[in-house]
Amino acid sequence: MSEAHTVPGSSRSRVARIFASLFTTDHRTLGIRYLLLSLIAVAAGTLLSLAMRIQLAWPGIPFPRHGPMLPEEYLSLVTMHGTLMVFFVLTTAPQSGFASLVLPAQIGARRMALPWLNAAGFWIVALALVVLLSAFLLPAGGPISGWTSYPPLSAVPAAGPGQGAGMDVWLVSIGLFCIGSWLSAVNMLATIVGERVRGMTLGRMPLTVWSWMVSSLLILLAFTVLFAALVLLLCDRHIGTAFFIPRGDLVSGQIVGHGDGSPLLWLHLFWFFGHPEVYIAILPAMGLVSGLVANFSRRTIVGYPLMAATTVLIGLLGFLVWGHHMFVSGMNPYAGNAFALTTMAIAVPSTAKVFSWLGTLWGGGLHRTTPMLFALGFISFFIAGGVTGPILALPALDAYLHNTFFVVGHFHLIMAMAGGFAIFAGVYYWFPLMTGRLMNERLGRWHFWLSLVAAYGTFLPMHLEGLAGRPRHYYQLTGSTSSLASLMPMERGVTWAAFVLGTAQLIFLANLCWSSRHGRPAGENPWQATTLEWAAATPSEIFRGPYEYGAAAHDQAQNGAHKQDFTSQWESLREQE
Amino acid sequence: MLYAPWWMPPNAAAHGYAVDTLMRWDVGAMVGCFVLAHGLLIWLLLRPRRSSTAPLTRSVELLPLLLLTALYIAMAISAERVWAHERFEGAAPAALRVEVVGQQFQWYFHYPGADATYGTSQPQLVNAALGNPLGLDPEDSHGADDIVASELVLPIGREVDLQLRSLDVIHGFFLPDMRLKQNAVPGQSLHVHFTPVHEGVYPVLCSQLCGLGHARMQARLRVVSASAYQGWLASRAPHHAEVAAQ
Repeated sequence: MSEAHTVPGSSRSRVARIFASLFTTDHRTLGIRYLLLSLIAVAAGTLLSLAMRIQLAWPGIPFPRHGPMLPEEYLSLVTMHGTLMVFFVLTTAPQSGFASLVLPAQIGARRMALPWLNAAGFWIVALALVVLLSAFLLPAGGPISGWTSYPPLSAVPAAGPGQGAGMDVWLVSIGLFCIGSWLSAVNMLATIVGERVRGMTLGRMPLTVWSWMVSSLLILLAFTVLFAALVLLLCDRHIGTAFFIPRGDLVSGQIVGHGDGSPLLWLHLFWFFGHPEVYIAILPAMGLVSGLVANFSRRTIVGYPLMAATTVLIGLLGFLVWGHHMFVSGMNPYAGNAFALTTMAIAVPSTAKVFSWLGTLWGGGLHRTTPMLFALGFISFFIAGGVTGPILALPALDAYLHNTFFVVGHFHLIMAMAGGFAIFAGVYYWFPLMTGRLMNERLGRWHFWLSLVAAYGTFLPMHLEGLAGRPRHYYQLTGSTSSLASLMPMERGVTWAAFVLGTAQLIFLANLCWSSRHGRPAGENPWQATTLEWAAATPSEIFRGPYEYGAAAHDQAQNGAHKQDFTSQWESLREQE
Repeated sequence: MLYAPWWMPPNAAAHGYAVDTLMRWDVGAMVGCFVLAHGLLIWLLLRPRRSSTAPLTRSVELLPLLLLTALYIAMAISAERVWAHERFEGAAPAALRVEVVGQQFQWYFHYPGADATYGTSQPQLVNAALGNPLGLDPEDSHGADDIVASELVLPIGREVDLQLRSLDVIHGFFLPDMRLKQNAVPGQSLHVHFTPVHEGVYPVLCSQLCGLGHARMQARLRVVSASAYQGWLASRAPHHAEVAAQ
């Protein structure tokens, strides 16, 4: 803006240019911006978690220029870490980020259906992130009630430090995030429904597109319920309603409950959003990994119709399992049985997906590229975090394990690590679409193996701590119980592993910076892939399915001029004859 | 100890043996799945590359899925039985009754006294400094013989019916050694029951984030002999008779 004053002659056009490039509706630019936004959020969230790990391993250790961490500071870190990672990383990068980058190309469209909605969605999500991070600047600190914000702790400002302005900031930020996600999801659905190229039937859509379609529907339904809950909670806090505060509730010596509210109502509303949210984060990852497994096994995906169907089925069942977060919450124990059954049911399509990936790998010849290694890492973490799912789904066992570190280990493997590795796989794979260059393979392999080992070193021991009864959200393991203090050596081990995991990500950052300038030029279709984002030009019609690799494609190709083991979606039938 | 899965604290409650057996089988089965799948993954990663082979027949791919589905069904049925036994029915009428009250950041244990009836309490009467942390109503004669303790003392071998409530925010009542966890929710009165079968001192933890003092919201459960329990009651009762008389 200051330049506009100093150079009056060309200022108008220059400001207009800057304005136009800043508020561009170009989907690829927006995709890169979404990914950079997630990169900022994941860096912040990781630093917060490392600070927590230091406090847990060496309780009371003074931090530079700060002193010892206070309990409310620890809880504020927990809250901000969870919120950043769940919303601004795991929801934003695989859904809005990757879809903005490649969705139009993958369905043969030149542009999004509603590009300005996509752009508006990005800016609102960016604003939500700034609002959230501003909670750190508040005198009383950030909110301390965790990313789930159970009332009355979240409904009554006097319930704790950070529950005043900090909690309001959190509510506004997540409300903005809901709005931004809706806009982005509406655009994505409209694009998938209306912008597909001729010949791109539902049965020829890449599995990523199926995932983005189901996730967009989940966003529209789930975030709507969350938004309603946020509004009700804000009303309880500021205009004297009592949706979530029961009569006679006594907080810090003051009676704050004047109506007949129910804290359980929040739990139902929140988890009705919260569980589909898990699938919003993981479904695009599944679609991406399916494509990579087919590409780097040089084999068509096993059971494509089954994969598309299980994606839809997981989305549907995802709305029927929220009560498994509430077995010991005061919910009717009979309802616990029902939610255990729906949760066991959702394990079946999830298992079917794993077998499809393993079957595809079995039949193919595995190319150990960096994106493929990260896709395999996703499968490994999905299995590792998945096997504890059916245990936590059982009320009889969850009544012991609920809110212990067993659960923390479970969702960090299946959501954070699996989701994170899929994001890495996507970045390594689609990097040529962003920069025209390939990322460095040697650095990529170091990044993968260090991260894999350190992630298991961090999160597997947490299951043992949970079995030992170690609850979540404890800023230190002291108190009248001796059983928890005996876990201190393991706490330190987890902290060291977490530091290795965090440090390994510096390799990724270095690779990003180096490869974007000096990486090997990718050329056309560097992975010999079949899906349309690698086509040199947008085709006017397509004639085949998304994953034609291997022997079948090879036989066809030998009849034609091609000496390759794949047939891209954009190749016409006539060229083969 | 025989039934305790590795790494869990020894079970000390009658229903806990079934929980531990279930935990051992289910964790074992799932660790088995993890190891098998990773054995396969590592083999696929390490075997020499070849051009794609003939696809497996559909039945070979569906068989493991069917097997795992059967495993999930078996896990669900066996666990539902344990859960139904624990939670679908209340405690026997003869069970000992104790009210557990959570408040930031303290557990209180409220015994009904010789008349076996809890005195009524009102939130506006709560005053911990004056010795009335639960707000027992002095007008209510049922409350005169009530005992309010900061530790939970139970006689061995007798079923106890715990009535959980909270004065302020949601707390999580967690007895790891009794394999018991249930939230205490303001505005709700929730019952859980169990029978301690080993004497000892056990931790009472808070398992639901309740504010800055969450980690130190811990108390003790002492499981003692029947006679020691009677002695403890007698030692507490006169003190409370005095408080009520004032």
